[in-house]
Amino acid sequence: METLTYNGTQIEVNTEGYLKDMNQWTPELARTMASQEGIDLTEKHFDVLNWLRTKQAEGTALSIRKIGNSGLVDIKQFYALFPGGPLKISSKIAGIPKPASCI
Amino acid sequence: MQEILERPTTKVAEVPVDKNKGKVKKVLIICSKGKLEDVYAALVMANGALMEGMQAKMFFTFFGLEAITKKNADHLHTATVGNPAFMPGMPTVVAGLPGFEAFASYMMKKEMDKLDIPHVTEFLQMIEAGGGEIYACKLAADMFHLKKEDFVDEVKEIITVGDMYALAEGEGTQIIFI
Repeated sequence: METLTYNGTQIEVNTEGYLKDMNQWTPELARTMASQEGIDLTEKHFDVLNWLRTKQAEGTALSIRKIGNSGLVDIKQFYALFPGGPLKISSKIAGIPKPASCI
Repeated sequence: MQEILERPTTKVAEVPVDKNKGKVKKVLIICSKGKLEDVYAALVMANGALMEGMQAKMFFTFFGLEAITKKNADHLHTATVGNPAFMPGMPTVVAGLPGFEAFASYMMKKEMDKLDIPHVTEFLQMIEAGGGEIYACKLAADMFHLKKEDFVDEVKEIITVGDMYALAEGEGTQIIFI
């Protein structure tokens, strides 16, 4: 078990840096986590992050294809927003577990 | 009993990050077969590589070309004859009955739909959108009398074997042959 300290709050993450509890997430924390990935979050990023969080809370299995069909971004834009492994990186920044998706 | 019948859950392993190991940076996937399951193996691996932040190139050759033709990409079949893993115990003579292969392929596609697996043409679009590149083999295209316009738009070029090896250039590349 590892912890991140953000604004004096201890946040539990796993060895890969994914939040253990998605309720500890804040937009400010997302900005900090994104900057570690070299990403400067825009409104479009937050649209995707919020969509991911909503779907995760609903218990939907997430995949790149579903994001492409979300109406928010197409797959090309999604790769451009979160370069270097978009589903993993966006999930980490969204404070949700690493998706168990092969597609 | 109830517990046993419940659907198994997928768990994600926590992979420790070792910065010193030589990472796979690029995959070149050669697909030489046109059976549904072989083509999907190639597509899933190429798309999976992109999802992990790697580069992915695909080279379709021989019967694999079927998977990138406008005409047949979404109409691939699985082999019911000569495939001992398909319904073990099924006599070959039954598996070879007219229409059986089409029926088996239909059932397989239905199962794939349930798992949200895209059709071949959509999969190719996803791979291109993710930055992957798709090529056709010149020799096989000549042999089957296929031209650029016979292939789906995602096919970038028809190239030679030499050009294919050039796609694999660079440190951390893996070539996968199907």
